[in-house]
Amino acid sequence: MTDKPSPLLTVENIEVIYNHVILVLKGVSLQVPEGGITALLGGNGAGKTTTLKAISNLLRAERGDVTKGAIHYQGQRVDSMSPADLVKKGVVQVMEGRHCFEHLTVEENLLTGAYTRKAGRRAINDDLERVYNYFPRLRERRKSQAGYTSGGEQQMVAMGRAMMARPKMILLDEPSMGLAPQLVEEIFEIVKTLNEKEGVSFLLAEQNTNVALKYAKYGYILENGRIVMDGDAKELSENSDVREFYLGVSDKGRKSFRDVKHYRRRKRWLA
Amino acid sequence: MHVERSVLTTIGAMLVLMTALPWFVGQVSEDVFFEWPFFLEVAIGGLLSGVMYSLVALGFVLIFKASGVFNFAQGAMVLFAALSFVGLKDLGVPLWLCFILTAGIMTLVAMTIERLVLRPLVNQEPIILFMVTIGIAYVLDGLGQMIWGSEVRMLDIGLPQDPSFFFDGKILINQFDMFAALIAGALVAALVIFFQYTKTGRALRAVADDHQAAMSVGIPLQHIWVVVWTVAGLVALVAGIMWGGKLGVQFSLALIALKALPVLILGGFTSIPGAIIGGLIVGAGEKVSEVFLGPLVGGGIEDWFAYMLALVFLVFRPQGLFGEKIIERV
Ligand SMILES: Nc1ncnc2c1ncn2[C@@H]1O[C@H](COP(=O)(O)OP(=O)(O)O)[C@@H](O)[C@H]1O
Ligand SMILES: [Mg+2]
Repeated sequence: MTDKPSPLLTVENIEVIYNHVILVLKGVSLQVPEGGITALLGGNGAGKTTTLKAISNLLRAERGDVTKGAIHYQGQRVDSMSPADLVKKGVVQVMEGRHCFEHLTVEENLLTGAYTRKAGRRAINDDLERVYNYFPRLRERRKSQAGYTSGGEQQMVAMGRAMMARPKMILLDEPSMGLAPQLVEEIFEIVKTLNEKEGVSFLLAEQNTNVALKYAKYGYILENGRIVMDGDAKELSENSDVREFYLGVSDKGRKSFRDVKHYRRRKRWLA
Repeated sequence: MHVERSVLTTIGAMLVLMTALPWFVGQVSEDVFFEWPFFLEVAIGGLLSGVMYSLVALGFVLIFKASGVFNFAQGAMVLFAALSFVGLKDLGVPLWLCFILTAGIMTLVAMTIERLVLRPLVNQEPIILFMVTIGIAYVLDGLGQMIWGSEVRMLDIGLPQDPSFFFDGKILINQFDMFAALIAGALVAALVIFFQYTKTGRALRAVADDHQAAMSVGIPLQHIWVVVWTVAGLVALVAGIMWGGKLGVQFSLALIALKALPVLILGGFTSIPGAIIGGLIVGAGEKVSEVFLGPLVGGGIEDWFAYMLALVFLVFRPQGLFGEKIIERV
């Protein structure tokens, strides 16, 4: 990691508690380098969404609290900053399940993304054009109510809306959820383009390990509120445990239950 | 706007019923006088006073949509605004300045409520917020009467009070009601433009749709709450001036809010068009039934008509005419 540029975002050993009693994150640390795509992998309920919301500070609206650890963005502590201030600093979350404004048109949805910006009409319109160039389908549907568009289009609306804030970093939560494989590829290709052309860094939470590791440079695997493994995306996708438990392929046929227990022990050791 | 077929059918059925029943009663009963011009006169008068119900209901809907709070204090806000307005006017302040000053006062009220009540109670159960608004209602009632006194005050805002005649004098309509309806219409038009075409208006609609997503794009909820309570305060001010000009400014203004409840049940709690149409239907319906059906039962229908209608809706169409449509993708 030493030859990499200094990280844009550092999460240090954070603990998150919901409703003052439910401990969900038990010391999570991770780094997102400037200009990279970093994947946060793990099954349902592992704590991916909680981690992203801890960073964007949307957690408090769900009665969640970061009770330990620290979050730094561009070297500055941000754990007590409001979501609006974070958006102004360039960190935007695209939530799991898209969360479009259903009764607003596609274009109105995109425009809400620019809420925190002071830019004039001209600049905003230029940015709208840019978003439409990345998501040509949205241009066709600009006047439709977002609630009546397809799942893939809604994912594009949510991402385009985030782009309208001119972010440096997007926290992208399960963009592949519920989409056909072809659409998933399409969405990830756009993520790649935005990353390369616009220089946006991504922290990408995914259950779809396969696709995520294909596009990410680095990955963390989260289980039960702890990071159990991390490494370069390539290494991870070649790791036999990851292949078996997250990619669903086995190097030497089906493993026995004893091997599974062996993996569990090793995982504990890794954590 | 996309309107369901069943909504149009329901409204149509109500209109037919509200016309046919009086006509029928007029044919068979000695006690009821029915003639078409007279019927129209009653119906129009009812519609015009229904505009007032619409205004109060509108204030409810705005706050309910944007913050999920059922604001019991909307009626108290009407009274408080009217008291402040008439109080300033009696001090010799010119009308236009009274309006501006009272608008300022209502903005302060909104900011205070956000700071002292909504912000500390964010994420609390709706029932807790509802009870808090009952508290706000009492505080506003008390405060208004403490500052401005509790006697009934006349409010003359210079609108003509005499009736106008139409169709060779066959139909007469109160000019004050007509002006009030015009002003209310202008207010609604201004609100529509604000919601539809301004950045803040768009943010308000975004918050109403999905407040988490709104937060995620950096819309600060507190700011939006202040705006929406201020707008509701302005609507309350206009309603207060109109009702006050008609009935005098007095404590009973706060009770108008009770009429807004059936209007909301009729129109749907989250719908602005619902509040407007609901108010008109209740206004016209209660007047028509009072005049043409009242003699059969000895009068008094006006007092319970709205609640009866609301009850029917609760049974057969609990989401109201325009209750939130859950958009389902195909
Ligand atoms: N608002 C909440 N209140 C209480 N528990 C929650 C809340 N949100 C999530 N959790 C719990 O936290 C754990 C992690 O959830 P989450 O972060 O959504 O996981 P993931 O995104 O990886 O599926 C789950 O066990 C979930 O039940
Ligand atoms: Mg999740």
